[in-house]
Amino acid sequence: MALSMSTATFVVDRDETRCITCQVCVRQCANDVHYYDEDGDRVLSRDDACVGCHRCVSLCPTRALVIRQNPLEFRPHANWTAGRLRDIYKQAETGGMLLTGMGCDQPYRIYWDHMLLNASQVTNPSIDPMREPMELRTLLGRKPERLAFEQGGALAAEAVPGPQLELSIPVMFSAMSYGSISINACQSLARAARQVGTFYNTGEGGLHPGLYAYGANTIAQVASGRFGVHLDYLNAVAALEIKIGQGAKPGIGGHLPGEKVTPDVSRTRMIPQGADALSPAPHHDIYSIEDLRQLIYALKEATHYAKPISVKVAAVHNIAPIASGIVRAGADIVAIDGMRGGTGAAPTVVRNNVGIPIEVALAAVDQRLRDEGIRHCASIIAAGSCRSSADVLKAIALGADAVYVATSALVAMGCHLCQNCYTGRCNWGIATQDPYLTKRLNPNIGERRLANLLRAWSLEIKEMMGGMGINAIESLRGNRDHLRGVGLNQVELDALGIKAAGC
Amino acid sequence: MKRIVIHEEHCIGCRLCEVYCLVAHSTSRDIIKAFKTERKTVMPRVLVEEDGPISFALQCRQCQDPSCLEACISGAMHRDERTGAIICDESRCVGCWMCIMVCPVGAIQQNLLGTQVASKCDLCYFADVPACVANCPNEGLTYEVIDEEARL
Repeated sequence: MALSMSTATFVVDRDETRCITCQVCVRQCANDVHYYDEDGDRVLSRDDACVGCHRCVSLCPTRALVIRQNPLEFRPHANWTAGRLRDIYKQAETGGMLLTGMGCDQPYRIYWDHMLLNASQVTNPSIDPMREPMELRTLLGRKPERLAFEQGGALAAEAVPGPQLELSIPVMFSAMSYGSISINACQSLARAARQVGTFYNTGEGGLHPGLYAYGANTIAQVASGRFGVHLDYLNAVAALEIKIGQGAKPGIGGHLPGEKVTPDVSRTRMIPQGADALSPAPHHDIYSIEDLRQLIYALKEATHYAKPISVKVAAVHNIAPIASGIVRAGADIVAIDGMRGGTGAAPTVVRNNVGIPIEVALAAVDQRLRDEGIRHCASIIAAGSCRSSADVLKAIALGADAVYVATSALVAMGCHLCQNCYTGRCNWGIATQDPYLTKRLNPNIGERRLANLLRAWSLEIKEMMGGMGINAIESLRGNRDHLRGVGLNQVELDALGIKAAGC
Repeated sequence: MKRIVIHEEHCIGCRLCEVYCLVAHSTSRDIIKAFKTERKTVMPRVLVEEDGPISFALQCRQCQDPSCLEACISGAMHRDERTGAIICDESRCVGCWMCIMVCPVGAIQQNLLGTQVASKCDLCYFADVPACVANCPNEGLTYEVIDEEARL
């Protein structure tokens, strides 16, 4: 089609008085936006291809570049917004599903921003975390219902806790597979997890031979495609996670395009090189809670009951009874991924319209498990867009044992949320397998930046806990008295199980 | 002595090392002036070598037993006491180009900008850290104390 109605999303503004034609931007843009014009000895740009990733802006040594949103405005229409029109133009041209990356970008209410934390004043003392010890250590796994002793004083069998994961901060790196992200990104996550004393998750892409060394800080996924699952893989890691669903695309499978299946990815995933890696939407051996129980116990058998088994589900409408079923099926950990959780590739329509936010899902699950008296049987991990230490703390107060972060981790490594992960041309060297691009993420730098992020968050968490007069994260877990809602209606407050500010 | 260590696995071929090397050896030491007004008189002393996705920034290795120093007929090539860098004294260089002939890594270039002086890395002896190292965005170059014995 000669005529395209799709217009550039961004405009590249180059300050000619600052541009020194060093061509760093030309060499750094994988989308070929910048090019050198030899005749005029100047750098020009093709704005249409710009995705707004800011790689050129960050590397331009004279700060000569500014990327702006294309000011082209449609005639205002509250219903037919520019985004809706552009989507239709694109679909009318291509006849295909629109794809996207990262989490939902639509302005649904972010409940974290409508909850406020408490602090101590007069009647209860706050704690200075610089002077007194603060405990962030978190144990994930099945806990005994009560203490019991044999005759003679030994701990009774039913009082022995199941296998536990020990975290020095209640934050873990969420599942991102080798294939969807580069080996350098995986290395950065694995090393940072080991340095800080937490865990990272392999996603469903198997475990690269170079990452077995970090097994003690690894959670390995068993997903519907069973990519890279074998006995050594199961036994090399600290915990296993059965992935049922993902917050960004509940109910649908995964699709790693063949271009990303390099020889190394092919070996790790145990699939042919260059073949699309298709994860089926359901596990074809799990059509019920009873089936799930079989897989949980198959994995427990394979690993001699030495590792906790997690089940990860997307936050959907009936999440509370689903989570109850998962716990009753024998899971030691339930991971719930809210609708704002990220992805390497998903149909835009699914990402933006399916699922529920993690805040309400978490509150519902925690309450349901407590009501049923089985909350101790499994730990809850909340995933799906914890953007700051405050979000982490609010999640814990709502009932999470720990949180998974992935987008925050990617941002720490350089991601600018251009949402083009699915193209495989990540200019920051994260969501790509292109050898020119993967080099751009130095795992030494990635590890340092991720560890810095978690260190910064742990300092902030301790500071806020101290303000509440709490010296152990255990005391905040599910302690919703420390949360108040602002700008929420009664239905929302009830769903979250919190009081309104002022009450 | 500290030396520039090349990490080709982290070099992203952006050539910012070349940009900042040029600026560090310009008169103004201002990036925009250096490129806009001094471009004809100053050149980078580091060169990024590329072959497909593999690239690395190469500058003088500051050999322990330097051939260039031995080959220099005018005594212009000398070792800087503080940094241990081999430096070309421009006032003594006669432009015979023997240093270029004998350099085993090809790190010396003709200064083609009219002054007939050999141009090579001087480890930015006037600064704490060489400009190429300080400005590499991916730590593809580092400035480290290295074991000379092990290097041999």
